[in-house]
Amino acid sequence: MRILAIVMLLAGVFAAPAVAQYVDQPLSDPQLEHRAQVLHKEIRCLVCQNQAIADSNAQLARQLRVIVRERLEAGDSDSDVKTYLVDRYGDWVLMRPPLKASTLILWIAPFVILAFVLGGAAMFVLRRRRQQQASVTPLDAQEEARLAAILDEQN
Amino acid sequence: MRLRYMLPAIAFLVVAVGLGVGLTLKPREIPSALIGKPVPEFSLPAVEGRTGGLATADLKIGTPVLVNVFASWCGPCRVEHPLFMELARTTDVTIYGLNQRDAPADAARWLETFGDPYDKTGADLDGRVSIDWGVYGVPETFVVDGAGCIQYKHISVLTRDVLEEEIMPRLQGKKHVPCEK
Repeated sequence: MRILAIVMLLAGVFAAPAVAQYVDQPLSDPQLEHRAQVLHKEIRCLVCQNQAIADSNAQLARQLRVIVRERLEAGDSDSDVKTYLVDRYGDWVLMRPPLKASTLILWIAPFVILAFVLGGAAMFVLRRRRQQQASVTPLDAQEEARLAAILDEQN
Repeated sequence: MRLRYMLPAIAFLVVAVGLGVGLTLKPREIPSALIGKPVPEFSLPAVEGRTGGLATADLKIGTPVLVNVFASWCGPCRVEHPLFMELARTTDVTIYGLNQRDAPADAARWLETFGDPYDKTGADLDGRVSIDWGVYGVPETFVVDGAGCIQYKHISVLTRDVLEEEIMPRLQGKKHVPCEK
């Protein structure tokens, strides 16, 4: 039994995966590591798509985390690191899309819709107010006379 | 009819058409940032038991080539594999295989079992070259023109429709995007 256990243990040790595995090894420089972690939240995981690579366990996300650290250690600025990834994967890889001609509609559409809604609401309120004002036009002489007659009758 | 009463209908139509178009898009397929760009600089050894390897120079041979990213651990790769076998058998298209993050023995066994349609293979053991190619899923298939400029990328299983409508015209030079330097 014990021999079997040892054999199995050794088999486990030697059956190391042949494919490179990426391990999250924090950088020794805490400032650099902090920058890496901020960047990890800015970069989208391409496999899982709505997650940043910071939150994903996908192989590619893990590998991209390693690459971000590598680039920072090599002296890249934060924007250099982003450019490196955008060159390969396009703007898509950034969690916050940059403002440019092709993404303009993305950025302005919410404001256009808001303007329409506010405009519609304003029109509604104005019209309501106008109708209310119209309905309280003072009585003319004839109506006053009739009103007085009705009130007299009741008294 | 007054415009006021038609406004809700118009708003509905705009939203419905917008959403309809949105439904036909494939959000899982991210357009490649590398279309119209030169292939990255790389050099890889061949899959175990094969000779040659794959490097940038192999993609600048004057005629367009196909680059298929595959792996033995990739299920969909088996689905598209017969199509590549057929291409290799019936045409003289140059097909390269980029073997991504595979155990060398597994990759070799996979090619022996299902057939090897590739003129050359490159073993991208750590996946770094794939990242330079902007690969994020396997399988992916690239068309590269004779000058080494990436023309097209298909993500996921290659179907006969995509082959005939998108890939063949580009291999024959009927559709071409100029290369940015």
